[in-house]
Amino acid sequence: MSKILKLKKGFDINLAGKAEKTIADSPLSETFALKPTDFIGMKRPKLLVAEGDNVKAGTPVLYDKMQEDVMYCSPVSGEIVEVKRGAKRKILEIKILADKEIEYETFESFNVSDLTAMSREDAQAHMLKGGVWPNIIQRPYGVVANENDSPKAIFISTFDTHPLAADQAFTLNGEAEAFQTGVSILKKFTEGDVHVNHNSDAEVSATFGGADNAQHNKVSGPHPAGNVGVQIHHIDPINKGDMVWTVSPYGVVQIGKLFNSGKYDASRLVALAGSEVSAPKYYKTYSGAAISKLVAGNLKQDHVRYISGNPLTGSQIEADSYLGFYDNLLSVLPEGDHADFLGWILPKKNVLSFHRAWGLFSFLNGKDKEYVLDTNTNGEERAFVQTGTFEKVVPMDIYPTYLIKAIMSEDFDNMEALGIYEVIEEDLALCEYIDVSKHDIQEIVREGLELMQNG
Amino acid sequence: MFEKGGKLEKLYYLFEAGETFMFSPASTAKKTGVQIRDAIDLKRMMMTVVIAMVPCLVWGIFNVGYQHHLAVGQVTSFFSVDNLLFGARWVIPIVLVSYIAGGVAEGIFAVIRSHPLNEGFLVTGMLIPLIVPPTIPLWQVALATIFGVVVGKEIFGGTGMNVLNVAMTARAFLYFAYPSQISGEVWTQMAGETAVDAYSGATALAIAQETVTSGGSDVVAALGDFFSFDNMLWGYIPGSIGETSTIMALAGALILIATGVGSWKIIVSVFAGAFAMGTIFNLAGANAFMDLPAHYHLVIGGLAFGAVFMATDPVSAAQTETGKWIYGILIGMITVLIRVVNPAYPEGIMLAVLFMNVFAPLIDYYVVEANKKRRLSRATV
Repeated sequence: MSKILKLKKGFDINLAGKAEKTIADSPLSETFALKPTDFIGMKRPKLLVAEGDNVKAGTPVLYDKMQEDVMYCSPVSGEIVEVKRGAKRKILEIKILADKEIEYETFESFNVSDLTAMSREDAQAHMLKGGVWPNIIQRPYGVVANENDSPKAIFISTFDTHPLAADQAFTLNGEAEAFQTGVSILKKFTEGDVHVNHNSDAEVSATFGGADNAQHNKVSGPHPAGNVGVQIHHIDPINKGDMVWTVSPYGVVQIGKLFNSGKYDASRLVALAGSEVSAPKYYKTYSGAAISKLVAGNLKQDHVRYISGNPLTGSQIEADSYLGFYDNLLSVLPEGDHADFLGWILPKKNVLSFHRAWGLFSFLNGKDKEYVLDTNTNGEERAFVQTGTFEKVVPMDIYPTYLIKAIMSEDFDNMEALGIYEVIEEDLALCEYIDVSKHDIQEIVREGLELMQNG
Repeated sequence: MFEKGGKLEKLYYLFEAGETFMFSPASTAKKTGVQIRDAIDLKRMMMTVVIAMVPCLVWGIFNVGYQHHLAVGQVTSFFSVDNLLFGARWVIPIVLVSYIAGGVAEGIFAVIRSHPLNEGFLVTGMLIPLIVPPTIPLWQVALATIFGVVVGKEIFGGTGMNVLNVAMTARAFLYFAYPSQISGEVWTQMAGETAVDAYSGATALAIAQETVTSGGSDVVAALGDFFSFDNMLWGYIPGSIGETSTIMALAGALILIATGVGSWKIIVSVFAGAFAMGTIFNLAGANAFMDLPAHYHLVIGGLAFGAVFMATDPVSAAQTETGKWIYGILIGMITVLIRVVNPAYPEGIMLAVLFMNVFAPLIDYYVVEANKKRRLSRATV
């Protein structure tokens, strides 16, 4: 039974500089990187290559000592030019200088009848080896799934409501076949349903809409309606002991391609967006692309912050760094390191606020106004004072403030009872944005998840 | 110099407070987590409450002058310069003393306890002057403010951690420590002049109690023209500086509700609770005060001011949305209950708010428990 969800709570952050739906011609990035830090649950990354080795697209580069069968593969063919390490020799980036023409490792490919007959075990082995397993994220905890688990359901959100988010339908246009294969493969892992969730406020894309072997649901509402966690909460909530998996639409397509063509295909359309980009567009590249080529000559000014991902959940990266494994968006925002005279009381009309306290007039601008927001914190961290606002941006039957306080006091029973299993960072990112007292809510959520997972 | 390791490291938070009041800081979002932040901060939120109190303050200043001139037999129009000057002469010092005494106490704690200076004091410093009589000795204002800040807030860890509303704590301290300066006929600043014979300094609540003890039957008649419903609604009556005018409190409520800083649920439910309790007493009708029409309770005394500015303090109120309804209704009901049934305390809102402050966490506890049960019950579906 497909479901229709109408969510009311939430808040859309309408930023200037959304990517125009065209694919720009640009020189392909020359280097790509795999960053172990993109994989939250990865505890002891081990290298399978050394500097100077040549790899193909799909050659295993890295694995986690705690989960040895999951291979993390090179997105392109070329030479390993550097393994960048940080304190205590922690691996930060494995940099690969790409060949002009990408060569692929050859994995087995399958036709439709093979796929139908294929057992879960065979599919699993193929995915682990072929580098697509890290696309599967487990809830609770939001970490790469354990291959031996059987989730009660699998969720795919086909739209992204974050500010500046890349349009999933546009980036995966024409991949209906691979998407279908991916869904059919995922169905082998669960006794429950594979849920494909669409935005009811937009036309359903041909890529996702026709997939069989899945339950199609429709969701409407402001951000975070596109967050898979919110959708799970309303469709098939995670109770204690439950487990579900989530996969991004890109991940589903990548899984499908591995089975259809026998390639680990890390090519992807990446959006370059943000108020400081002269011509925000999409670029065809591969996972983990160096950003320097993307932004060269395409910025309005140079006092900017590069964000791998969107401005709510992404993380800051340096100008010579790389996009994250899961990210299909590079946001470029102005740095906000300016002090404002009497900035705490003078009226502000051009800084978006969820609140309407004295002098915050952004609510008068209407929903269509696009904002240029910088990275200024607009105030200092303080104790919790305001109440009742977090609840307005979390469309779940959860008390965010109480959950956060339970985490801060390391109260395991209450964390569990108040819904820690149902959330990851992104689900409470809006709370962090609107917080009057400027707490690091997402960091707190991750601390809570780690406590629950590892004690 | 004020940074860690610097010479005046201990004074860092004083320095920070001064600096951030001049300039909002140049700090930027961390590398991970949200990269953009909402325009609001705690200072702005607190200032919104202060701005919402301005109508009450302005009215209070005029009214202190008006009551004085009335008492000495000089009839003036309400918004006259005489009233303004006289009122300002007595009210401004109280405001200054409250801010200075409380600010010093805050500053000392910020230094000793190494925490940022709490913006909450912007609000407390203004609330306290508005809920004391204009005749209050300044040293008592200072003492009460310090008591409120230290015992009401700082010993719990500062703004955000306190159980009781700080301003109400300060007032309760005055009420029990120095009853003769905050009860009886203290509501008109005579400034040494003598009142005309016909003038009585009593408040409406005192008259209502008096009616009961003297065996009278009609409180409305006893209140007379001076305490007519309209006069009390507008606030042409003696009382604590900022609380006489229901209309001005409602103007403040409008600001708080429109800005979302104060909870409309609490404000509405306090009035609803008071009206409901008044109606219940009307039905019981055991004495004259019980027969007072329920809507009078909404304009008498400090109910409106308390509902708008005291009950809505987000730290000491219930924090869940369901809890806010329960919390507000009980404040309203208990206020009227205290007024009518307990002759020792003519005004009930102060004790009702403090009482419900104590119970707010319990209300929230049950609301949150209900949420937990709801979540658990899904498991079987």
